[in-house]
Amino acid sequence: MSKIPQTRQGHRPVAIVGFSQSASVRADRESNEVEMLLPIIHDVFQKAHLTKDQIGFICSGSTDYLIGGPFSFVTALDAIGVWPPKTESHVEMDAAWALYEAFVRLQEGDLDTALVYGFGKSSLGNLSEIYNLQLDPYTMAPLHPDLVSLAALQARAVIDQGFGTEEDFARIAARSRKSALDNPFSQVRRDDSIESLLNEPYLVSPLRRHCLPPISDGASAIILAAGDKALELAEHPAWITGIDHRIETHAFGARNLAVSTSTAKAASVAGVADGHVDFAELHTPFAPQEIIVKRALGLGDEVSINPSGGPLAANPLMAGGLIRLGEAAQAILDGNATRTVAHATGGPLLQQNLVAVLEGA
Amino acid sequence: MANRVAVIGIGQTHHKSKRDDVSIAGLLREAAQRALDDSGCTWADIDAVVVGKAPDMFEGIMMPEHFLAAALGAVGKPMMRVHTAGSVGGSTALVAAHLVAGGIHQRVLTVAFEKQSDSDAMWALSVPQPFSAPLLAGAGGYFAPIIRAYMRRSGAPSDVGMRVAVKDRLQALKNPYAHLHMPDISMKMVEESVLLWDPLHYLESCPSSDGAAAMVLGSEDAAKIAEASTGRRPAWVHGMAMRSEPTMFAGRNQVNPQAGRDCAADVYAQAGITNPRAELDCAEVYVPFSWYEPMWLENLGFAAEGEGWKLTESGATALDGGDIPWNCSGGVLSSNPIGASGMLRFLEAALQVRGLAGDHQVEDARKALGHAYGGGAQFFAMWVVGADRPE
Repeated sequence: MSKIPQTRQGHRPVAIVGFSQSASVRADRESNEVEMLLPIIHDVFQKAHLTKDQIGFICSGSTDYLIGGPFSFVTALDAIGVWPPKTESHVEMDAAWALYEAFVRLQEGDLDTALVYGFGKSSLGNLSEIYNLQLDPYTMAPLHPDLVSLAALQARAVIDQGFGTEEDFARIAARSRKSALDNPFSQVRRDDSIESLLNEPYLVSPLRRHCLPPISDGASAIILAAGDKALELAEHPAWITGIDHRIETHAFGARNLAVSTSTAKAASVAGVADGHVDFAELHTPFAPQEIIVKRALGLGDEVSINPSGGPLAANPLMAGGLIRLGEAAQAILDGNATRTVAHATGGPLLQQNLVAVLEGA
Repeated sequence: MANRVAVIGIGQTHHKSKRDDVSIAGLLREAAQRALDDSGCTWADIDAVVVGKAPDMFEGIMMPEHFLAAALGAVGKPMMRVHTAGSVGGSTALVAAHLVAGGIHQRVLTVAFEKQSDSDAMWALSVPQPFSAPLLAGAGGYFAPIIRAYMRRSGAPSDVGMRVAVKDRLQALKNPYAHLHMPDISMKMVEESVLLWDPLHYLESCPSSDGAAAMVLGSEDAAKIAEASTGRRPAWVHGMAMRSEPTMFAGRNQVNPQAGRDCAADVYAQAGITNPRAELDCAEVYVPFSWYEPMWLENLGFAAEGEGWKLTESGATALDGGDIPWNCSGGVLSSNPIGASGMLRFLEAALQVRGLAGDHQVEDARKALGHAYGGGAQFFAMWVVGADRPE
């Protein structure tokens, strides 16, 4: 039987023992959120050899604004069927933070398992209009800076400060789409030449279409188990040996947009630099953001980034961060990696970031 | 093994229909600063911030915690945002408490709010959603038929709800933070107010409020330091629980939901309580519509099924002369900044066992229940707090 690795922050050892995701698609017109979640909830229980009755805690991540109504998480809970009643919670954040809440909940020792899920049907509305409502309602939202224009400001800062070029952005996009060819759940899966990408017109300078993520409908689910329970449920549990998240100010003018101090802080607490990294899954939906986050994590060029294709190939909102954790865990669960890094982001222009180190025994 | 959790700082705003004098950030800052001052802490002492509020459409801002990070001193720290419908104020406090119980942090600031005047909750609750039949009813319209079912099942006389409406407003007169201060409140006044959703009159419904609630939750060490520096004792968390059940299914007991009963049983077991009416000194329970007092008296085990209204009718739940006072602060019926309403229940319970509830203090309160529910009464969050450090 495999051993349990040391956790960096003195946490009770908790591992990802099952991961499932839906195929990301531009618009899933066949299913509502519950129907999107049902198959992956069923699948993740099978993978972890558990039933819902054996789950101690449930936590989900979603946002009401994608459906344009209150309580999108309420009906989604029907995908589980919480009867008899269960201990359940929800964050209005990417489901990576639902995983964090569940990880914390498992620290006390009274519960050993948790189900985490996230979902987003981006196809229901206009994301640029919706995400404008996330900005400071007094000083920023009334100016209607759309999502892509804001990302262009950040891209410009990356170029101006010498961290990357337009060609680097194209290289990141081409690599992501090519990697996605091996991932049946991904959405933009093709082999593009860097030249062809650079021949695209600017959408908002310096961003071209390939610098943007696709619009995706999708969902994901993870099962966590603590201590011996994880060893019982998985041959190679993906242990969360370090995890932390930090937020920065909302005031764009008060941040250096080309640098992610919150990622760097979280990476330092989670112990990214304490060992080799097989690969990293980064939640960087705009190509220039990969450069920023990779620098903040202190990862060298020898570390493979987003072998799943990452968010530039599939970007289901509110589930995308959790998918990064799932992809980073799956390689360990499959016995193909021993130490991986997962990153998730929230808020405009990388305002909030979560970093986790996953290890096999 | 969970670490002990203490409530070491408490703050709230004066709740009003419209707080035109402050931004949302200013509103939260007001409550948070009061909680910090009460705990003897500064912003730098806080390890993490947990924010809660009800649906974002209540203000029209998507995930407002992002623009609130700086105002709440969270820059460079972990920040989380909880949303579990109307129970969110309670759930938010519990998420923060677990960060301490799980040994992650020493001191966590938790803040919940609603600035209802920025939007229209009735509208936000009624917008048609994809794939769902619109209710177009708001919360009162949703709960009125369930209340009708309770009246039929229990045979309660029709004036019980009005008694709760009067009692909670009279108690609110002793709470300077309460939104509604109605010294002339009477049964006649409630009865003559507009019938909104049969059987609920206008004055049997909660108000729409702007307001925020905040607490500093700390570890045992943090509690010692706070008590030494402020001279005020903490409230200790003796039990905490959340439960959810599906919104709708055939046979669901909407009057007396299983999730509420299970949640109460869990929290009482942790706190070593077998008879809540006898062993608790008071309770702050989420009663947004008058009839939910007798209904929750039964759901929470203070009375047998069908008997809750008799406690209300006998005056047992009144601060003045009752043996188990409910909602001494005036409750949700007197202040309803929706996202904060659950946290107000939790912090009012803590104020009572700290002996800091002022004019609405229950004499020598040692153990109190804080309760919140949400959605169509399928989400529950509760804690029991005590004056004594738990074993």
